[in-house]
Amino acid sequence: MSTSRKTGLLNPQIMRALIGIGVFLALWYLLTAVLQLPRFKLLPNPLSVIAEWISFEPVSGRSIFTKAFYLDMGFSIARTLIAFSLATFLGVLLGLIMGWNRIFYDFSFPIVEILRPMPPLSWIPLAVLILPGVELAVVYVTFIAAFFATVLNTLLGVFSIDKNYFLAASCLGSKPKHIFINIVVPGALPFIFTGLQIAMGVSWMSLVAGEIISGQQGLGYAIYEGYSLFQFDQVVCYMFTLGILGYISSAGIRALGRRLMAWESRRRGA
Amino acid sequence: MASETKEPGAIRIKHVSKIYDPQGVHVEAMRDCSFDIAAGEMAIIVGPSGCGKTTLLNAIAGFDDITAGEIFLDGELISSPTYQIKPNVDRMVVFQNGALFPWKTVIENIAYGPMVQGRLTKAAARDKAREMLEWVCLNGMEEKYPEELSSGVQRRVEILRALINEPRVVMLDEPFRGLDAVSKTVMHEFLMQLFCNRNRTMFFITHDLDEAIFLGHKVVIMTTRPAQVKKIVPIDLPWPREHRIMNSKRYLELKGEILEAVHEEAKKAFQAGERELA
Amino acid sequence: MKTPRGKLLKKVFSARTLRGLSSIVLFVVLWQLVVYLKVPYLQNLPYPEDVASHGLAAAVSTGYWIDWGLSLSRIFIGFIAAQLLGIPLGLAIGISRVFRGFTFPVFEILRPIPPIAWIPLAILFWPTRELSIYFLVFIGAFFIIVINVIQGVSNISVNLKWAAFSLGAKPNDIFWRILLPGSLPSIITGMTVGMGVTWNVLIAAEMIAAQGGLGRTTWEAYTNHNIPYIVVGMVSIGIAGYLCSTLLRWLGEKAMPWKRKF
Repeated sequence: MSTSRKTGLLNPQIMRALIGIGVFLALWYLLTAVLQLPRFKLLPNPLSVIAEWISFEPVSGRSIFTKAFYLDMGFSIARTLIAFSLATFLGVLLGLIMGWNRIFYDFSFPIVEILRPMPPLSWIPLAVLILPGVELAVVYVTFIAAFFATVLNTLLGVFSIDKNYFLAASCLGSKPKHIFINIVVPGALPFIFTGLQIAMGVSWMSLVAGEIISGQQGLGYAIYEGYSLFQFDQVVCYMFTLGILGYISSAGIRALGRRLMAWESRRRGA
Repeated sequence: MASETKEPGAIRIKHVSKIYDPQGVHVEAMRDCSFDIAAGEMAIIVGPSGCGKTTLLNAIAGFDDITAGEIFLDGELISSPTYQIKPNVDRMVVFQNGALFPWKTVIENIAYGPMVQGRLTKAAARDKAREMLEWVCLNGMEEKYPEELSSGVQRRVEILRALINEPRVVMLDEPFRGLDAVSKTVMHEFLMQLFCNRNRTMFFITHDLDEAIFLGHKVVIMTTRPAQVKKIVPIDLPWPREHRIMNSKRYLELKGEILEAVHEEAKKAFQAGERELA
Repeated sequence: MKTPRGKLLKKVFSARTLRGLSSIVLFVVLWQLVVYLKVPYLQNLPYPEDVASHGLAAAVSTGYWIDWGLSLSRIFIGFIAAQLLGIPLGLAIGISRVFRGFTFPVFEILRPIPPIAWIPLAILFWPTRELSIYFLVFIGAFFIIVINVIQGVSNISVNLKWAAFSLGAKPNDIFWRILLPGSLPSIITGMTVGMGVTWNVLIAAEMIAAQGGLGRTTWEAYTNHNIPYIVVGMVSIGIAGYLCSTLLRWLGEKAMPWKRKF
């Protein structure tokens, strides 16, 4: 046990990773704090970022020991969670039905194709004007981003199912509802999860933009506020906070996917 | 409602033709095919690849329609240009590339049919599936996913999934394609055992002439596209058969006869293929 | 119940186009109706014909096309820079395990940061607004292309490599004839996904920080409360993004003749 841990630490993989990260931080520090090259001296250096992040009395009023930090996080997480869950529910449902029913597909696909190329963020002005309250507009923009990615991937998922599974299921005496539950849903699942993975990334991005442009609270808003108040350390802290949250959420989706798709990971030779 | 159909069915194929015409590309897949398969008979269909054997299978299964002729199952019309029966449990298909549901375990796959038909409860269906697995010495595989199994085992599970429904006809579309010679002999004996125990009408498509003669009551040789019945060779070897039979004089005579007919068609198909490519 | 197949196919085909067209017509009618009947909130939408007339007016004005040019040039500069840096980096990480060990963790730390969160730092660092927008577009496409190239390299079958070696290929040949074409499908996928993200980033960046461009005029229409023009802007952005993706798909087909099936 102890030997394995030892080799774990001395593992060249981990050593290289640590060196790589070390070099990155050192270079960052060198460029911004030591050499103070023309443009680089405007950027915060890693030490001041960390100092701000863990300070008891942060300049910006936002560190891991202040309520404001968790409030910002809470707002962003809640918005993303609401928008993403709604987009998953509606997107998967719409995608499955579109893939399953030819007539419904013929009617809905042209509209999806017209609305889809518009980047989610181009909806911001309209959403702010139309929807009551800025809060809803931010959630809507986040929702739209996740929604189309989910619909499209779910649809691709249904189309990816081998036609023989449908034939086999009909031979075995399945009624449409059996086919939907036993073939369409599990068959599309791998693509659905790819879609959710993409949707999560786009959601966070759109959320940040939505918060910057129209929000009142949340990490994106705080980043922009930090920028206008010249509190650049806090800006970088929040960038990494967003990165961590994004990473955790996509890792969560991956883990859920692995749980639901045991057959994929237990494939022969995989 | 799917009733228990214990008796094997007889198939009558009368003057069946099929022309595919997607967007004006006129392809004649089958022309005036007629032959009978008696109840409980093992009929083997051989012919050059792409000649339209699967087209016939699709018509009997109810996956596709025909453009002329009629097909009867036990005297009941199941396919004609104006009528196409729906796929159902009395005509079970084992697919060329395998169609076990990869997201269901072996036992879930086998128990699926009786469960969705409402014929058995979930527990009863699983019990029966387990019984069948034991019967062919595949116990211990219940909770595995198909893709964890070798392709030979996958094929056996798929055949069990078909048989648990007690179909009147089992249709197998080159089920042992891609298996190595050793696994194939195991599969042949497996099928022989199943066939002797639960006599079902079989419609078996293959390229492998040894497989055809070893397993069949009769071999139906099809011509190159458009598929027509070239020759029907009854196999008068005694049942049940063992692999030793492949050395017998009668076996070799039959093989010679079939080989000649098939070879002629293969040459035509080859030349046609060359023409198509040119 | 069944008609002969040829007729049936024709029927299905025309029925499908008909359904598509009627759904679009239905969509516009519904839109019109929703505004006309003053459905809560949605009544603030402009009428379709207002949007159409604003769109026509825009199409004959030079300012509108200057916006197109500005947005497209921003996209292309940032996007191409991302490919030029990202593809070699992805190949290097995919090929060399040692290089991967050093660089990939840093890459993975930076990757989850939403590109738009880079806006303040970008404005701060780059001397002009224009440069900072190029940078944001670059960020939007860069991480995606790198990840896709890495995946592409790792998906190449080892057999191909051995086959090439046994045919007497040198490492150099392996790179140009196996690794590069072998990862091409993933490169194209990465570019297509990246293009989508890039437009999203560009629009946000233009709204927040740019002078001119489709995103900016849409935003200005918002501040002037010119709602029909907001929709014109959205549609224009949609068309521009669609054209870029189509261009990429076309390039992909050109570059990969062996995949032309779809």
